[in-house]
Amino acid sequence: MTGEAGFIFNELMPSLLRGLWMSLGLIVPSAVLGFFLGVLAGSCRVYGVRALRWSAHVYVALFRGFPLLVQLYIWYFGLPRLGVYLSPYMASVLGFSLCSGAYHSEYIRGALLSIKKGQVQAAQAIGMTRLQTILHVILPQAVRRALPGCGNEIIYLIKYSSLAYMVTCIELTGEGKIIASATFKYTEVFTVVGIIYLALVSVASWGLGKLEDRLALPGFQYHRA
Amino acid sequence: MNTPLGVLQQSLPYLLQGVWVTLVVVLGSLSLGLLVGLPLAVGQVYGPKPLKRLIGIYVWFFRGIPLLVLLFLFYFGLFPFLHLDLSAFVVAIIVLGSISSAYQSQILRGAILSIPEGQMKAARAIGMSDVQAIRHIILPQAFRLAVPGWSNEYSVLLKDSAVTYALGVAELMARAHHVASRTYQHLVLYLCAGFIFMILTFLGTRALDALHRRVKLRGYS
Repeated sequence: MTGEAGFIFNELMPSLLRGLWMSLGLIVPSAVLGFFLGVLAGSCRVYGVRALRWSAHVYVALFRGFPLLVQLYIWYFGLPRLGVYLSPYMASVLGFSLCSGAYHSEYIRGALLSIKKGQVQAAQAIGMTRLQTILHVILPQAVRRALPGCGNEIIYLIKYSSLAYMVTCIELTGEGKIIASATFKYTEVFTVVGIIYLALVSVASWGLGKLEDRLALPGFQYHRA
Repeated sequence: MNTPLGVLQQSLPYLLQGVWVTLVVVLGSLSLGLLVGLPLAVGQVYGPKPLKRLIGIYVWFFRGIPLLVLLFLFYFGLFPFLHLDLSAFVVAIIVLGSISSAYQSQILRGAILSIPEGQMKAARAIGMSDVQAIRHIILPQAFRLAVPGWSNEYSVLLKDSAVTYALGVAELMARAHHVASRTYQHLVLYLCAGFIFMILTFLGTRALDALHRRVKLRGYS
């Protein structure tokens, strides 16, 4: 193969594939960490004692208020001022998880508040402690209700993972930028990069839809927006 | 003086000039997004099937590709390929505006769909044409219902506008980075930029909340 097709298959694809693995290596841990952080922060905001509630609130306000790029720059370029040096990869995962967690917590909080009071009373009436009630009665329902919102957040995370390039963590976008700068084939390279992201996002939203169907409890479905 | 606060004090006027650039980028792309998003929303609700599908593809495209990739694709790739010599600032507004048009079309589409169907029928019954009914009955209500969605879109765009720094647009984030590279006071400068973004978000959403209270429809809460 020669010409455009040769360039795409022989030069572009191998490095983009390497970038894709790096992107997935950023997205998957950040999505998992972010989700658990969101459940933790969301629960603290609804059920925590005052100090806990307050600190969770500040966390969410700050991390939703700062642009993700600014957060990444703080972790990567700012922390060395305090003597903490993070690798580009660690700074990216930290930045993505913390930011994502703040957004997840909003959906979790909304879902927690939508569970009826009577359920808490009923759980306590059969002798469950407060923690047991939250873990076994409230959260399993709330997480299901929060799933559409949290799923959206994961889709956002896939797209925002491209910002890791800005702190020199060379993932899909970074690999693309390097090849494009060397060959001046920006249109071809970034069209292919764009298609890969589209595929990732489409597969993820299909998978999340399936997960929602899978976890749905008969009789507990609610209107899906 | 190269202390954190000294640097901050000296560079604040320079950073604040960046706020204007940020705001122009955000307001420009919000307006462009509305201008394009409105016909898309109307087309997706009332248009013929092929048009609906086409709009669906447009929305899928602009919602599925990261902003940074689109910025690179348009600024370094497509526009030079078409022999359009546009500045980074203009490309930033075009790309952010196109993405926003996809999101805004869905906000407006939701708003249009939440107007009860009877209103369209009633408008037709008193002799209005489809276009008249959409223009005078449906859209004035849909706009009001869409205000909270816009408030959300504003805060997303404001934060995304920081990414246009990758093309060299001299907005707030870029200026914070310029000063930081010169003075090595990265932490305090990025924190300052972050807080300015927070304040801008707060002010904008407050303004849109006030607008929402003024124009909201009674009985639709």
